[in-house]
Amino acid sequence: MVVETGHYALALALAVALLQSVLPLWGTRSGDSGLASIAVPAAITQFLLLGYAFAALTYAHVVSDFSLVTVAENSLTTKPLIYKIAGVWGNHEGSMLLWVLILAAFGAAVAILERGMANELRANTLAVQGWISLAFLCFILFTSDPFVRRFPAPFEGQDLNPLLQDPGLAIHPPLLYLGYVGSSIVFSFAVAALISGRLDAAWARYVRPWVLIAWIFLTLGIAMGSYWAYYTLGWGGFWFWDPVENASLMPWLAGTALLHSAAVMEKREVLKIWTLFLAILTFSLSLLGTFLVRSGVLTSVHSFASDPTRGVFILIILTVFIGGSLALYAWRAPSLNQRSLFAPVSRESALAVNNLLLTTCCATVLTGTLYPLTLEALTGDKISVGTPFFNLTLGPLVALIVLLMPLSQSLAWKRGDLLGAAQRVTVAALGGLVVALVLVAVVRGGPVLAAVGLGLAVYLIVGSFADVASRIWAHGQPARVMLARAVGLPRSAWGAAIVHAGLGVTLMGLAATGWGVERIATAKLGQGIDLGPYQATIENLRSRQGPNYSEVLAHTVISRGGAAVAVVEPAKRSFPARQTTVTEAGIVTLGFGQIYISLGDQHADGSIDERMFWKPLVTTIWIGAVIMAFGGIVSLSDRRLRIGFARRAARVRAAASPAAPEPAE
Amino acid sequence: MTSLRRILLLSIVLAGLAPSLARAVQPDEVLPDPKLEARARGISAGLRCLVCQNQSIDDSKAELARDLRLLVRERLNLGESDEQVRAFMVKRYGDFILLKPPLDLETAFLWGMPALVLAAGGMALLFGLRRLQSTPAAPLSQAERDRLAAVLDADTPL
Repeated sequence: MVVETGHYALALALAVALLQSVLPLWGTRSGDSGLASIAVPAAITQFLLLGYAFAALTYAHVVSDFSLVTVAENSLTTKPLIYKIAGVWGNHEGSMLLWVLILAAFGAAVAILERGMANELRANTLAVQGWISLAFLCFILFTSDPFVRRFPAPFEGQDLNPLLQDPGLAIHPPLLYLGYVGSSIVFSFAVAALISGRLDAAWARYVRPWVLIAWIFLTLGIAMGSYWAYYTLGWGGFWFWDPVENASLMPWLAGTALLHSAAVMEKREVLKIWTLFLAILTFSLSLLGTFLVRSGVLTSVHSFASDPTRGVFILIILTVFIGGSLALYAWRAPSLNQRSLFAPVSRESALAVNNLLLTTCCATVLTGTLYPLTLEALTGDKISVGTPFFNLTLGPLVALIVLLMPLSQSLAWKRGDLLGAAQRVTVAALGGLVVALVLVAVVRGGPVLAAVGLGLAVYLIVGSFADVASRIWAHGQPARVMLARAVGLPRSAWGAAIVHAGLGVTLMGLAATGWGVERIATAKLGQGIDLGPYQATIENLRSRQGPNYSEVLAHTVISRGGAAVAVVEPAKRSFPARQTTVTEAGIVTLGFGQIYISLGDQHADGSIDERMFWKPLVTTIWIGAVIMAFGGIVSLSDRRLRIGFARRAARVRAAASPAAPEPAE
Repeated sequence: MTSLRRILLLSIVLAGLAPSLARAVQPDEVLPDPKLEARARGISAGLRCLVCQNQSIDDSKAELARDLRLLVRERLNLGESDEQVRAFMVKRYGDFILLKPPLDLETAFLWGMPALVLAAGGMALLFGLRRLQSTPAAPLSQAERDRLAAVLDADTPL
């Protein structure tokens, strides 16, 4: 019964989406504000309906209602509760439902939080959000209905893909979707601006917090996915330049560019048209990602089931939205008034260069990802574009970006002073240089690139704070004054510094992979194997029974200089329902590095194949991402960047000077 | 239970799982000469596992990847150079096997893309800047000049 009401709610949401996508636009066109304001309750209702539908599906998974096809195909009575819940989105149908739920959540958030926004902009934005909802709800109901029943219901389900039975499944997809779909609202803002033909600094101010929110979630989602792949796939890699990963990296690159160009637009009212383009691009790339993953064009753990009709359907949605918005852009953007003036040496021109470099990175990833598909379709020739290509093309670009980051942060708006900026980052540059040189000298014969990378990372981490430091530091002033200045600095300045430093921390971990140690060996019980500064010894093997699997664990002691420092238990798990085995790597964090052990075949004499790694500083790759997200949150807490700021500002202004005329903007 | 029996039991358990337990580089593949082995790893990291999704044969668990890894080592043992081994693989499987596509007419656009975007974007930027330099900055209005004077007079740290 619950399931039927959920299904009904889903259909009802489609009807509401139809209203939301038509009536507000009609209202703003005809000047009927009543009609336009329907957008707000419609967006909220849609969210509630989809929330109910999602809850109903979750209920079916939790009570193991195997009469539902998606539940029967992806669940098992003995599956732990967390995976019953996470399993709701561990399949195509459920994950699409989560997708539209988050879409509706962003719509509802704008409806509720942005009350100070101009009515027309809000109504149009929500209407565009309604179009996206409409398209994807049609997609779900016509090709991927999660509520399809099957009679007679099987007694037992087929269990979830063992690779997905991991806490990562509970966190990674929701985070990534919040990032992907979060960019939809920015897209809707952009299209709304194109429809109304009004685009000013206020628009950038409304949009910035939403860009930032999507960016924070996307950063965390990508990092989480990377760590999940790292500990699950069993050979210690964390980024594979797989098309599915590239699909998440492209909106991240475009979103990062958008974040910066929106800042320029809000501050200086330049780069307006470009910002609009990036807003469209970011969501278009998110849609492309959804298409690549969901259509079955690619096969990977991410594409649960491939079905050509779904692919065609998503391709149509993709074409309509990307093509439509770009056509609208080409038609309307030239008529928006544009002031594109800035000095060659200034913060805004530095940010324009940053945008150029980030866009180049994005274009490179896009070409690399789609080139093999396109070439094969055109000529029938098959080529591969993999890690070496991306490292070779993106490496220099990223190095250039990193070199420029602290410099451009130290430049002033409008008219900067290059020499002054260079002076402010001297300490950082010297620090980085010293670290690189010392490393090259100490680990003679070691990888030079790793030393250079680490030097760059140090430069970036120190340099990120050069700007804040120069704003706090006052010669001869007591510490109290400087502290007061530090507290008084806008949070967005701190946020930017933290985010940039976070990237430096990630870079540190990436560079340190050059010093990693790998051992592939057949180990006998009790035999110690050297692993960098450590030694790994398997003491015994034992088996254990889990809820829906059985496993073999290798009790391994890690020691350093003869003293035991840690114990790891790498395992092999077999899931009878799916007749598959997965390896659970044994990982222990020592300092910022990790020992990583993955089991292979067992031999008759009791020895066992092992792949073992010592990965110095590897955790900083993900710690850096968390720091970046934290910096984003700090920025978001800046009073100018808070959601709904405009409303509060207007209220304050009205209270402070009721008689004063509104400043012309 | 003696450890021998336990191991026996485990072996049986593991043997039952054997078919799906193909692994990335296994100890029995490793060449005795560490230098040669390092070269083998280097070459393998650049060759695509033909049946997988964008994985190198060095990382892949597929049976075919294992065969290819052994083939690479076999060729190296014959005394071939890295280039010769790669050329041998390409002759057998086509450019598809190279994770780093060769630069030729078909891939010119792929390799040229970063430079192309940089050049086009850079030109647009420069063009925008030049337009500025030909536009003189507007002089300050009287109100602005007064405000500037007030700001400069007020001797407070900002």
